[in-house]
Amino acid sequence: MARKDRMSGNEAVAYAIRQINPDVMPAFPITPSTEIPQMVSTYIANGDIDTEFIPVESEHSAMSAAIGSEAAGARTLTATSSAGLAYMWEELLLAASNRMPIALALVNRTLSGPININCDHSDGMGARDTGWIQIYAENNQEAYDNFIQAYPIAEHAGVHLPIMICQDGFITSHAVENIELLEDEDVKGFVGEYEPEEFLLNPGNPIAVGPYSVTNYVMEAKKNQALALEGSKEVILKVAEEFEKVSGRKYGLFEEYRTEDADYIMLIMGSAAGTAKQAVDDLREKGKKVGVVKLRVFRPFPADELADALKNAKAVAIMDRTESYNGNGGPLGSEVTAGLYRNKIMLETVNYIYGLGGRDFTVQEVYDIFAQLEDFIENGNKPEQYQYIGLRK
Amino acid sequence: MSNGFEIRWHGRGGQGAKTAALLLADVAFKTGKYVQGFPEYGPERMGAPITAYNRISDQPIRVHSNIYTPSLVAVVDETLLHSVDVTDGLKKEGAIIVNTAKDPEEIRPMLNGYEGKIYTIDARKISVEALGRYFPNSPMLAAVVAVGKIMERKAFLSEMRNSYQHKFAKKPEVIDGNMMALELTYDALKDVI
Amino acid sequence: MRTDISKINEQTPHQGLTEGMMIFAGGTSKQFETGEWRTRTPILNKDLCRQCMVCSMVCPDSCIPLKDGERVTFDYKHCKGCGICAKACPFDAIDMKEGR
Repeated sequence: MARKDRMSGNEAVAYAIRQINPDVMPAFPITPSTEIPQMVSTYIANGDIDTEFIPVESEHSAMSAAIGSEAAGARTLTATSSAGLAYMWEELLLAASNRMPIALALVNRTLSGPININCDHSDGMGARDTGWIQIYAENNQEAYDNFIQAYPIAEHAGVHLPIMICQDGFITSHAVENIELLEDEDVKGFVGEYEPEEFLLNPGNPIAVGPYSVTNYVMEAKKNQALALEGSKEVILKVAEEFEKVSGRKYGLFEEYRTEDADYIMLIMGSAAGTAKQAVDDLREKGKKVGVVKLRVFRPFPADELADALKNAKAVAIMDRTESYNGNGGPLGSEVTAGLYRNKIMLETVNYIYGLGGRDFTVQEVYDIFAQLEDFIENGNKPEQYQYIGLRK
Repeated sequence: MSNGFEIRWHGRGGQGAKTAALLLADVAFKTGKYVQGFPEYGPERMGAPITAYNRISDQPIRVHSNIYTPSLVAVVDETLLHSVDVTDGLKKEGAIIVNTAKDPEEIRPMLNGYEGKIYTIDARKISVEALGRYFPNSPMLAAVVAVGKIMERKAFLSEMRNSYQHKFAKKPEVIDGNMMALELTYDALKDVI
Repeated sequence: MRTDISKINEQTPHQGLTEGMMIFAGGTSKQFETGEWRTRTPILNKDLCRQCMVCSMVCPDSCIPLKDGERVTFDYKHCKGCGICAKACPFDAIDMKEGR
């Protein structure tokens, strides 16, 4: 049965790793994810797990080693943040195109510059088109639960893709909060043993991984990879259903919070979703019809499902914790509106950029955003379509 | 808006304010509460002003922002009173605890007109007496638990003994000293709370 | 998942390709007869050859096999005619002749 405890987000992910006991972990330390390999090393040193830890000299090598060990037939993971993920860039794409179900614990931290160690989603968003599945967490509980679901999703025969389990640097990674942990045997039973069908260290059944593909094969290869990513949506939901049976906790592609009759909805991802929910409760008490959609699965992007969830709102605040430098809005702003347009849902949206480099995001700011949406619809005061929250002007 | 009981810690890098906040989350958790304990992070700089936070509630806590209107402020280093507005947003019906040898009324003029309750605790004297060295976080933790009425003295001390036995498994010699620091803090505050 | 890769060619639709373009066999380069690319062909002059084996070591395509301690002939099925062996031979025992 579940055990109540309290721990930080990093501790929670390390705890899940101990319960899963994966085969290989190549990793290189970087704030704020350093604690994860550190804690896993301690578990290994104490004999709690027999994971092979590879202390590599860079993140580039960490992901290279991860691809090699996964191809060899070992269940593999790594952890990183910010510049560490950026340094894995080349290998991230290879891990996905070689169809390696590697798990990566991403503790979101801004990409320089200005150089800064605190949270935003620019690292994860920078890797959004690398072919990885990306799942974001609101708190330590979700980081833990998502990590336990990672391998059953990634290793599923119809998926075979790498998976990033993301949580907000410091805000959840270093905050101690309550958590419900599963028993070791429940986690082991849920995740199961890794039995790849094809792998390199398989005498008598030789394979070649990652061969050169001439032009006449590349589009077909990419289509297959894209289909696998699209298909993972169904697997993510199926795994969530199974997970609910062991944990009692329900997960989807996103969470709809008090949106059933909402005129105004905030679409948001990560730890700030909790702050938004609190604000929604406060505003509901004052009779405001507001709600939150918390996006959990960013890749594959549930464009149609989101469009359907937002369709009855009068206006939606789309919250991006990253600056895309495209002059047009953040990644969520662009992709959500594209999904609405394709579904011919012509509601008003405003794209807000918040929380860059660890800038705090408060309940008051959520009130202000909902007030701006209401003023837009009720009084026709059209706000700037792409704006920063909490910017000193 | 109910985020539960909100506490803000002010200290300097290396003094253990963050550890104290995490220990407080630990003990409050053991009383069956929902807790948050988190530091405000920047580059690691020994001696630089740092802030740490706690939320303690009977309900699950969802807010992930910093604390702007705390009910309790703990100042681990008296010299911060000159450089940091420690009572900023502190509720009038709340309280501030300052680690100092001075009396509360000597501290009041340094608190930008704060009108609420002020408690002082000489964590240096207590720590040196109990441990022979200056570790302000045990006395400050006890003061926060006592002033914030987070749990009963007896239950707190028994939880802390368990926690220290775990934390100091490799240096058991410091367990009794830390326990004594907690006791001395309670004794020092017993007439004012 | 294991597919007969000899059935895959540049006309195969995407559904027929292997996952991650993996190749489910070993030593498949043997099946690819790159000797067809050759425009110049190395010819050994046995009288000048001292069996030093340098040519065999420098061949980038392993097309100069050794047998019973001697380099014998060229693997013309795979030799692309690059001419490195002729350049490397210290005794000018390999000539590059035009054509295949």
